[in-house]
Order: sequence, then C-alpha cells, then structure tokens
Amino acid sequence: MIVALVLALLVASVLLLALNANPLEAYAAMWEGAAGKENATAETLVKATPILFVGIGITIAFRGGMINIGGEGQMIAGALAGVTIALILGEMRVPPELAKEKGAFDLIIVTCSLIGGFLAGALYGGLAGFLKAYFDVNEILSTIMLNQIAVQMMNFLLNGILLDPAEAGVNNIPKTARLVTAAQLPRLSLPIGDPHLFARTRLHWGLIIAIVLAVIIYIFLWRTSLGYRIRAVGENQRASSYAGINVKRQMMFSMFLAGGFAGLAGVVQVLGLQYRLQTDGSPAGFTGAAGFNGIVAALFGGLNPIGAIPAAAFFGGLLVGAQKMQRELGVPASLITAVNGLIVVFVVSSEIFILQRSKRRVSLQETPDNLGSGGGKPADRASPDEGSG
Amino acid sequence: MELDAIFTASVFASAIRLATPYIFAALGETFAQRSGVLNLGVDGMMLMGAFTGFYAVFITQQEGTLSEPLSLLFGVLIALIVGGLMGLAMAFVSVTLKAKQGISGIGVYLFGLGLSELLFQQWVGTPKSVSGFPRITFPYLSDIPVLGQIFFHHNLLVYVAFALVPISAFVLNRTTFGLMIRAVGQNPEAADAMGVSVARVRYATTTIGGMLAGLAGASLSIALINLFQQNLTAGQGFIAVALVYFGGWRPWAVAAGAMLFSFVNALQLQIKVIGLDIPSEFAVMAPYVITIIALVFASKRQEQPTALTKPYERGE
Repeated sequence: MIVALVLALLVASVLLLALNANPLEAYAAMWEGAAGKENATAETLVKATPILFVGIGITIAFRGGMINIGGEGQMIAGALAGVTIALILGEMRVPPELAKEKGAFDLIIVTCSLIGGFLAGALYGGLAGFLKAYFDVNEILSTIMLNQIAVQMMNFLLNGILLDPAEAGVNNIPKTARLVTAAQLPRLSLPIGDPHLFARTRLHWGLIIAIVLAVIIYIFLWRTSLGYRIRAVGENQRASSYAGINVKRQMMFSMFLAGGFAGLAGVVQVLGLQYRLQTDGSPAGFTGAAGFNGIVAALFGGLNPIGAIPAAAFFGGLLVGAQKMQRELGVPASLITAVNGLIVVFVVSSEIFILQRSKRRVSLQETPDNLGSGGGKPADRASPDEGSG
Repeated sequence: MELDAIFTASVFASAIRLATPYIFAALGETFAQRSGVLNLGVDGMMLMGAFTGFYAVFITQQEGTLSEPLSLLFGVLIALIVGGLMGLAMAFVSVTLKAKQGISGIGVYLFGLGLSELLFQQWVGTPKSVSGFPRITFPYLSDIPVLGQIFFHHNLLVYVAFALVPISAFVLNRTTFGLMIRAVGQNPEAADAMGVSVARVRYATTTIGGMLAGLAGASLSIALINLFQQNLTAGQGFIAVALVYFGGWRPWAVAAGAMLFSFVNALQLQIKVIGLDIPSEFAVMAPYVITIIALVFASKRQEQPTALTKPYERGE
C-alpha cells in the first residue's frame, strides 16, 4: 500500500513539474488545506464520511467477489428514499401531550430516514447482484448503467414531485425543500477546549455512525458464519458451492449490503450536511464522486473495514487539500482524480509481489480470487493457473 | 418536403453518426477481450484521446502551423498514439503484473478522467470549438432522396469506423494474427505449446484496443461535437464494453449493437426536438435500460473467450 502511494505521489510530482508547479509547495498547500486548522480537519472528516460508508460497502462486495462500481447510483437511491421519508415525517405534528418526548420523535425521524436510505441503496445494489446471480450479467457493467439511470431518476424527481415548492417556477438548481431541524443529523463536537473542538464546523454525527459500522462489519465479516460465507464465495465459488453454500444468495446478499452502505452515504450526506437534496444535473452533482472514491479507499484500506477508516480520512484530506492547492498554486484539483486512478492501478498491480511472498508460506491471497473475472461463469471453470501452480 | 420524411432520415443519419465512437471503441475492446484481456479503462482512454486529439487540432489551427486537413489528421495521429500508450500501460498492468483486470481498468479510467480534465483546465480553460472533420458529399450519391441523406452526408471518420467492421471481422476470423488472438483467449496453454507468445499477442491487442479507444474519443472531439469539455464521453467507453458482451465478441454483431444503441439515442434526441410529452429524463435513461435488458438476453447465448480476465501463467 505504502509503495503504491509513494509511486502515485512520484507520478503526481512529475505531473506537477510538467505544469510548472513546485511539488513540495503543492503538497505543503494540500497538507495545510487538509489538516492545517480546526476547520480544515473538520472538512477533511466531512469529506471522509461518505467515502467511508461507500468504502465499507465496497469492502463487503469485493470480499464477496462482486465488483461493485455502482456506489454513485446506490448513494443517489439512498438519498432519494431518505430525503423523502425525512420530508414526510418532518411535516408531522407531535401531539401536544407528548411534547416532552420531542427528542425521541426526532430520533425516530432520523432513524427511519437512515433505514429507508439503507434499504433503497441495498435494493438498488441487490438488483445488480440478482442480475449477476440469475442472468449472469456482468455486475461491473450493470452497476455502471444503473448509475446513469439513478442520475436521471434523481433529476426527474427533483424537477418534479420532490422540487422545493418555493423553487417551483424559479428552478435554477433542482432541489428539495430544506429539512426541518428535527430531521437533521446533529452536529458533532468534542468536549476539548473552549469552545469545544469542531463546535464551529460542519462536522456531524455521520462520521461516528460510519466508524461504529466499520467495526461492526469487521466483526461481521471475520467473526460470524454469515460473513464467512460471503468471503468463502469471494475466494472460491466452486469450493463454496460444494461446501453447501448457496452461492447465488451470497452474491445477492453481498451486493445488497454494499448498496445499503452506499445508500447510507447518500442519506447521511443529506441529513447531516446539506439538509436538502440538490444537484446540478451532472452525475457527480450530488455525490461528489464519493461512489468512486469509496472504491479507492476500500482498496487502499486492504479490503478491511477498519483499514477503510484511515484510508477514507486520507482521501477526504486529499480532496479538501486539493482545493487549497488549486487556490494557491492554480493547479486544478482534478489532479486528485488522476492520482486516485494511479493508486488503484498501483495497489492492484502490487498484488503480484504480495502473492509471490505469501505463496512461499501458505497460499493465502490478499483479495478474493474471483475479483476481476467480470462476466464469466467462474463457478464452472478453473482458472488456468490453478492446476499448474 | 414532408415532415416525417425529414425526421426519419435525419434520425437515421444521426444514429449512424452517433454510432461512430461506439464502433471504434467496441471493436478495439473486441480485440482485447478475444485475446483474454478485459480492458475497463476504455472510457479513460477515450477521454485522453479526445482531449489530446482536440488539443493538437486546436493549437495547430490557432497558430496556423498546419493546413486544416493536415491539422485534423495530426489530431487523429496524436489520439492514436496517446490511446495506444494507455493501452500499452494497461497491457503491462494486466499481462506482466497480472493485476485484477476489472479493478485496474477502473483505475485507468479514473486516471484518464482526471488527467484529461486537468490538462484541459490548465491548457485550454473554457470549452472552445475547433473546425472538425467536414461532411463529405459524393456526387450523385448524396443527392439520392432520403438514402443520400442517411448514408452519404457524413465526415471521414464515420466511414472509417464502418469500414473497420468488415476489416476487424476479416482479421479476427481469416488471418493468422486473428487465429493467434482467438487461440490465446480460448486456450492459452495450447497456444503457448504451439509457440505463440501469449504475452505478446495480448500486448498487441490491448494496444490496438487503446488506439481505437483514443480514436473513438477523437471522433467525438474533432468530428462529432468539435469541442472538448470535462468528462466529454460521459461513460460512452463503458457502453462500448457492454456492447462487446452484447455482440457476443463478434465484430458484426458488436457493430449492430452499437447501431441499435445509437438509434435509441438519436430517437431520444428527436423526442426532445419535437417536444413529445415524455419527460426528457426517461428518454435519456432509455438507452441504459435497454443496455441492461440486452445484457440479460446476451448472457443466455454467451460464448465468452474462456481465458477472459485470467492472467496466463506458464506451468513449469
């Protein structure tokens, strides 16, 4: 991982030099922008939150041998469902005799919205899993198509029934009405110093939810039989089905969970940060490409939910830092997209070295065997190197 | 002139034009996949080809260093080279380093997406147009009513793309090189035993795939739209990969899929133009929905190259 990062930064440095920018200055500006001040750190964590949610989901999918590229679409599905629930429940009046219990009602609204967002994303991801399991449709391709479909669905709904009534007719940026306070995720601050750390920033409870879920999913994947089955299918579908595991069901289940986490990323973005769903009509208009960056974070975290936590913070920092770099040195922030791509390539390319090392001991691979065998029927075919190795 | 006659003719004509980038990219991907390499970075390669091709034309036209036809050919050449280099890189990663192809392709895509946008912002700034490949009219042929409009009012790259379909089919099915490609994708051990270098063939096909992806991008930026902007391809490269599955890895069927897809697209644009009462979002969505449905049916008769996505390791 570290080697991949160093290589990517080296290539980035060459690019920066080619653009007449001093790489050291650029990295210093990025560090300053990502972690320099209290607010910078908070913004890094704010950006890291959706990446972590998606990254946890991608980890589950990849561990299950499913290459889920649909984080973007699943985020949108989750956000659409979540914001709808939050808007409807937010309108309801609390009966006066129960006014004391207002806090509990608020909690119910937020919880329902989060669950709704999870389920919508999960169903959207599960659809790709279903198509793969029963119709042998390559999940990479289907999730990419579903991303495009979700964007159009969002544009349709935001221009139609979900459009903020106050905006009707004005219609510059399609967006929903603002959520009432009761339906918002509270801001997060740490009781350190005075005023409290992060008290004046946009940091919200989504981060805590994501970290807790990362730990839970770690336990789920490595300490429960359900999680074991997902990983077994990812490692070797044929052996799993001989062992009596329902491979098709596990494929759908891992995509269901992966979509659910991406859905959470979407709904948390609405409830915790923007307080409304809005888009500029482009695919990344709402998600900020977190659906793709989550893939990078998951790989960089070693396909381990706990590892995804620092990885997400790192990529959140890259994104925030890049904006500072753009302001100070005039180097476009899209450099980070290119660097992310390089990191992905380097991480998966370095597996050959990890593999060679581990083959000398016990043959334990870093990532599941079926990853990358896109549209095939890996269940009925041995890979050519299996017999000879 | 009758209204609906104009509409149908122009819809068919624009379907043919819109199919151009898909045909280039999907034919290139067909070569790569037939040899066993799933190149998912096509969209990134298209973006880089689109930008560099555009930029070459933009600079040479602005400074007047090359005459217009030469500058366009120069743009095509640059797009081919850049796409080819990215294909070579993809081959190195997936053949030599044996990286998981699905994910590494996504990495290549992100790299191309980011770099093309970076260079565009740095060197060009705002979307500017160039004068791209002009429409060619043929004496007599172009004047045929309806048919002339549909088939004989296109730019050079459209004809090149369609000419590549029979050429690709011929190369794959009738030449020694094609036989080697199919052998390497179907049974690399046997091909290796016959003395065919699995690695060299896969390097060649992936590089060809990259070049055609670069050309596909250029066909957008200097022939179809004549400008570059951030994420110009908007995922067309991924559609091209889907078309290869849809067409069952056969050039003619892949091209037919590209035509079907772009026809739906052209109809969709037409619906907007004549203002039918269908929400435009659903019209835009339709081609993607159809692609998924097509994949469902395509997988039923799948004759996928056996070694697709599987790195070859020689048994010692």
